[in-house]
Amino acid sequence: MRATILVRPKPGILDPQGEAVQSSLRQLGFAVEEARVGRVIDLELGNGGREQAREELERMCEQLLANPLIESFEIALDE
Amino acid sequence: MSEQPRPKIGVVVFPGSNDDHDAALALERLGAEPTLVWHAERDLPAVGAVVLPGGFSYGDYLRCGAIARFAPVMAAVGRFAENGGLVLGICNGFQVLCEAGLLPGALRPNASLSFVCRDVRLRVDRASAPFTSRAKAGQRLTVPVKHGEGCYFADEELLAELEQNGQVVLRYEENPNGSVAAIAGVTNEAGNVFGLMPHPEHAVDPLLGSADGALILGSLVDAVRERALTAA
Repeated sequence: MRATILVRPKPGILDPQGEAVQSSLRQLGFAVEEARVGRVIDLELGNGGREQAREELERMCEQLLANPLIESFEIALDE
Repeated sequence: MSEQPRPKIGVVVFPGSNDDHDAALALERLGAEPTLVWHAERDLPAVGAVVLPGGFSYGDYLRCGAIARFAPVMAAVGRFAENGGLVLGICNGFQVLCEAGLLPGALRPNASLSFVCRDVRLRVDRASAPFTSRAKAGQRLTVPVKHGEGCYFADEELLAELEQNGQVVLRYEENPNGSVAAIAGVTNEAGNVFGLMPHPEHAVDPLLGSADGALILGSLVDAVRERALTAA
């Protein structure tokens, strides 16, 4: 089982990386209104139950992979 | 001065710490007996305070301080802080304390995205034991910063709480990193845990350009000495 975790800076949090990316894209001629830069974490899990995996992934995000004060996370589970 | 007891202060060494020896040297010059504490230790030696030094613990992977907070020694530091022990986090140490939940808020990449490495002017908002008793409220200090992720963040609610409780100890005169309310250093609610981005250990002698950092580290040494006397 494979999990992909998306970690994003929460709305309203200053994201200087996103601003730099937006400004570069605009310089290249792309009409980008806003860019936000987050992080992708791919995890390879054993063959346990999906429910248990999802619950564990939530805890991984809360304890380590995201800082809930400044980041939100999304979990996607593949077969 | 030489007859005063030298209080023991632990300086934690994480893989990637690089200001541990500077912190120890500065504390020694200011009358303490520093002891380096390896991150894998499960218990702290008998010390009156703990310093988490600057550096790039665990390569700053994921987020600064995010991995270091799970070092075995951090459980002991947490218990020490919970029992009222004095804990000081400098730069990366500040980031570790925020990630560990021992200090409020979080540190984000500098608004400029540039690594800043220079002397900054600080204003002392709170001049009291245990971390700033040697300074005066409103006093301006010159202390260097050197960080890429020192942009202090607290949401509106938390910021109001910090201001109301007087937990903001130091502010930048000119904000070098985009920190909210120009915060350079905060304490926890109880006031026994303090974190700051500037490096007082790099400013303890006029030869280094400033000796203002000694006001902060010296305050800590005074506080530990005083506590030892009260306990004796």
